[in-house]
Amino acid sequence: MPDLIHLTIDGRPVEAAPGALVIDAAKRAGIEVPSFCYYEGLTLAAACRMCLVEVEKMPKLMTACTLPVGEGMVVRTETPQVAQARKSMLELLLSNHPLDCPVCDKGGECELQDMTFRYGAGESRFTEMKVHVDEKQWSPVVFFDNPRCILCYRCVRICDEGMGVKALGVANRGVVSEIVPNKGDHLECDECGMCIDICPVGALTSGTYRYHTRPWEMEHVGTICTHCSNGCKTTLGVRNDEIIRGNNRDRSGINGEFLCIKGRYAFDFYKHPERLLAPLARVNGKLEEVSWAKALETVAGKFNEVRARNGKFGVIGSNHTTNEENYYLRKFARKVLGTGNIDHHRTGDVVTLLDALSGKTGKLATTADLYQKKAVLVIGADLALEQPFLAFQIRANWRHHQAHAYVVTAGPVREDKYAAASLRVAPGGEMDAVRSLGERLKAEPELVIVFGDAIKGEAVGRLVEFGESLGIPVQYICLVDDSNSRGAVDMGLLPDAGGMALPEMLAAGDLDVLWVVGANPVKTQALPAGRASMLVVHDLFLTETAQAADVVFPAASLYEKNGTVTNVCGEVQRLRRAIRTMGAKPDLEIMGLLAREMGVAAELGPWVPDTVFEEIRRNVRGYDVALPVLEAGGAAQTAALNGRLPLDGRPELIRSAHENLFTSGTLGRYSKILNSVVESHGNR
Amino acid sequence: MLYNQPSPLETKVLTRRFGLPNSASLDTYLSTDGYKAFEKAASMTPEQIIEEVKISNLRGRGGAGFPTGMKWSFVPRKSPLPKYIVVNADESEPGTCKDRLLMENDPHQLIEGVLIAGRAVDSHAGYIYIRGEYRYLIEIMDKAIAEAYAHGYLGKNIRRTGFDFELYTHTGAGAYECGEESALLESLEGKRGIPRIRPPFPAVVGAFQCPTVLNNVETYCAVPPILRDGGAAFAALGVPKAGGTKLTCLTGHVNRPGVYELKLGFPVKTMIEEVGGGILGGKKLKAFIPGGSSCPVLTAAECEGLTMDYDSMAKAKSMLGSGGVVLMNEDTCMVKAALRIMRFYAHESCGWCIPCREGTSWLRKLLQRFHDGMGQRADIALIGDLAKNMLGRTFCPLGDAAALPTISIVEKFYHEFEDHLNGRPCPFEEAGRLAPV
Repeated sequence: MPDLIHLTIDGRPVEAAPGALVIDAAKRAGIEVPSFCYYEGLTLAAACRMCLVEVEKMPKLMTACTLPVGEGMVVRTETPQVAQARKSMLELLLSNHPLDCPVCDKGGECELQDMTFRYGAGESRFTEMKVHVDEKQWSPVVFFDNPRCILCYRCVRICDEGMGVKALGVANRGVVSEIVPNKGDHLECDECGMCIDICPVGALTSGTYRYHTRPWEMEHVGTICTHCSNGCKTTLGVRNDEIIRGNNRDRSGINGEFLCIKGRYAFDFYKHPERLLAPLARVNGKLEEVSWAKALETVAGKFNEVRARNGKFGVIGSNHTTNEENYYLRKFARKVLGTGNIDHHRTGDVVTLLDALSGKTGKLATTADLYQKKAVLVIGADLALEQPFLAFQIRANWRHHQAHAYVVTAGPVREDKYAAASLRVAPGGEMDAVRSLGERLKAEPELVIVFGDAIKGEAVGRLVEFGESLGIPVQYICLVDDSNSRGAVDMGLLPDAGGMALPEMLAAGDLDVLWVVGANPVKTQALPAGRASMLVVHDLFLTETAQAADVVFPAASLYEKNGTVTNVCGEVQRLRRAIRTMGAKPDLEIMGLLAREMGVAAELGPWVPDTVFEEIRRNVRGYDVALPVLEAGGAAQTAALNGRLPLDGRPELIRSAHENLFTSGTLGRYSKILNSVVESHGNR
Repeated sequence: MLYNQPSPLETKVLTRRFGLPNSASLDTYLSTDGYKAFEKAASMTPEQIIEEVKISNLRGRGGAGFPTGMKWSFVPRKSPLPKYIVVNADESEPGTCKDRLLMENDPHQLIEGVLIAGRAVDSHAGYIYIRGEYRYLIEIMDKAIAEAYAHGYLGKNIRRTGFDFELYTHTGAGAYECGEESALLESLEGKRGIPRIRPPFPAVVGAFQCPTVLNNVETYCAVPPILRDGGAAFAALGVPKAGGTKLTCLTGHVNRPGVYELKLGFPVKTMIEEVGGGILGGKKLKAFIPGGSSCPVLTAAECEGLTMDYDSMAKAKSMLGSGGVVLMNEDTCMVKAALRIMRFYAHESCGWCIPCREGTSWLRKLLQRFHDGMGQRADIALIGDLAKNMLGRTFCPLGDAAALPTISIVEKFYHEFEDHLNGRPCPFEEAGRLAPV
């Protein structure tokens, strides 16, 4: 480690790494130097001039955001001259600002308000006409109110640098400079909304949130996004059991400020009119609403009856339910129902990867590794559209650390722009292409290999063999689709030896009960005609599978329950219930009530998420994670131990839906907001 | 073409070919010692060339007056990157009109200066960045460049010296800001013309992220005479810390406006009275801008004993700047002068940083209102205060350029602001003595 630089800020001795900026050194010493345009991780703008400080031996005030620390430097941030400069900058900033705080979405959490309160003048000397421009709508979710804009260029930079999209720019000059979208009057972009969240003022506002509430009326619940496998932390703004917005403005969690369109806007599925809010049972061939008591009694009765005569059960779990639910379901299936017919829809060959890495440790990369390791190889996935946070991490790694990215995909991907090498392959040709990169990869100090469902079965073994032959530290990420796909594998939602896998259960004519907890397998595989089994389904909506069911339990979404989920990298994070929806219950509770109705509750233990998680920590390999990390809203990677799972990987069952930012077969289709964006894209 | 008669008091070094028949042609250039300096430079080492420029005491003619030889010596010798020579021909400072004459009348002198600079820093490509409003000059420069290529003064193995150099013209789109060197480089690269954070300076990270020598047209044009006649001879023309001559643009209320090449250290009084033929209409001088509109304004009294050179102007708390002298006679309304200057800067502010973007616009509105007779006494202090709030706090010197003249006008002509108070119309306009702005 290089020697630290010693400087003095406001009379306090401060140490900082060489090359650190004075603004950061001050922050770490607990001294606030105000700024609008400075944003950690983005290029420097030095546009807002709020961070001017006095530096001894410098004739003028210096911008702390561009000034690297120097040995013996003496910085003063609280002198009359600095205070006067800040005050005058704010006066200038407010000169053309509409001061419409009472009706501005940002009011109460606005950086311009806070700065003016703290450093600004009580009154303005500006008596001239203000520059006014009408508000514009750039997309269903992005609105721009130009007069509020302070031109800090954060939006322009996050879109270009962070997202690699470059959909925003600056037009005109001088006092009529303005932020403009890439298509004249509208945006064509990922609609991620990063520009809105990063805006320090109310210039960019969200189509889903604007004029709905005041920020202080909301409760802010930090939980995990339910949409893809990346496991982004999202802070849900909740008022009266209604989610009003999603963002991650506190930059907490694994994803910092990052969220994609789904994480930020597609939270409204829970209030879709088709949401199931009461149990359904088939009466005279038709599904009708019944009471919880009736539904539980029907299912428990059937379960007990089949159990008593040693009948056959089939159990299908979900990629969307919590670890606790998956664990409890598996326990239920084995202990109470006495079956090994248990499976879920597998979206990536995690099983074979763990098998191939058997006996090795430290081989599974985290999302942080994608930002830190010197090289990344992506095989068979359009990351920017399918795994947006992983793509964000790699892009940031390239920007900040000049990491090398290697891409092997069927078509062009966004990573091509900065990749050290991009290879196009026909399906099946991935491994040959990867091998052709061998010499270049050997020259890298370390590598993370990210692969999608193009690599499965034996190919995974060959990939690991290739990785281990490079002679450098190599880590792996096996891409999976959904919010808890990885947890479903870890919790053992896989058939026991001799047990039936998912397609066999669906096709089987001799099952007495098929129990589907939070999955929709019928969408891709029809049930046999004239089946005799009872189909029990938990779901939020009347999916294809639920429509065929005999009993449907209305389930709660991840935003309506507590528990934990495991992301694509094996990082466990805690969910916090944001809202309660009357009528729906978490799957764990439904299973618990069912157990109680069956009289087997004692065998399964309490259906309380924390208690079940304690059991998981004791019993599931790798899950003995540090609780304080989870409690603090962090992510704990399941110990990177790997080992042979006693089952056949069945690579032919692995199928990723390759859902992208704008498509979703599960929850997204019930999000009005997401659909409005998709429609508006379709119309162009 | 020339726009004014030369003055006998001039010292014609850079302008010595002005007025010759076909002065812009290669033939004329060659018949008057053209490209001799390059041939001499080709036989010298880069260090010797830079040393000669240092001896000449040549300082940048764009306005900042940085020693040219020193600037060239900052270019890293061992850099594996290509190096570029960039000519700042974005002459936009109000009152300044000299670079256009140099390019119009003697384009080969500029090309030769660029070649010598290329030789001095081991660069093999250059760009002449010409302001959008000077588009007609592109034709002239391109013609001269084509002639130079055709006769082996540009291209591969120039005059069998083994030295290669490619030269291109590039046009701006009409932004004053692009005269600032780092904004010019952004614009040259095809980006929005906004300044860069410095350091690093262009000598290390310039055009296309490569080491770059960036000078004003006049600076490059001074290089062939320096090499040809020796740095010492050039230095002897000027004052101790600044060598040579300066093209001075006499504009405003003067009888013989025009561009004159005067030795550095030329007395201001003589310049006005004898070179310029005195103040227009036999009036008295009221205010004097020595080097373009971004310099603090001087009063007639302050011109006593003043000479046209960097140090003398600094002592008078103004700047030599670009040599754009603006003379204002006693009929000039200084409030209106301040407004005219601020209109320019508000129009030209690139908008990147807050104090310049908002400050120039606010000042423009305020001065306009004030001049229209709607001013309050508190506004006078506000004008000065706003300008001071911009001074030294903007991203690039444009903010200072707007603030300095404003501050000086408020301080030195305070009474004229007072004369506009209480709904009184402009006393100068009332008298009908002022030409419309």
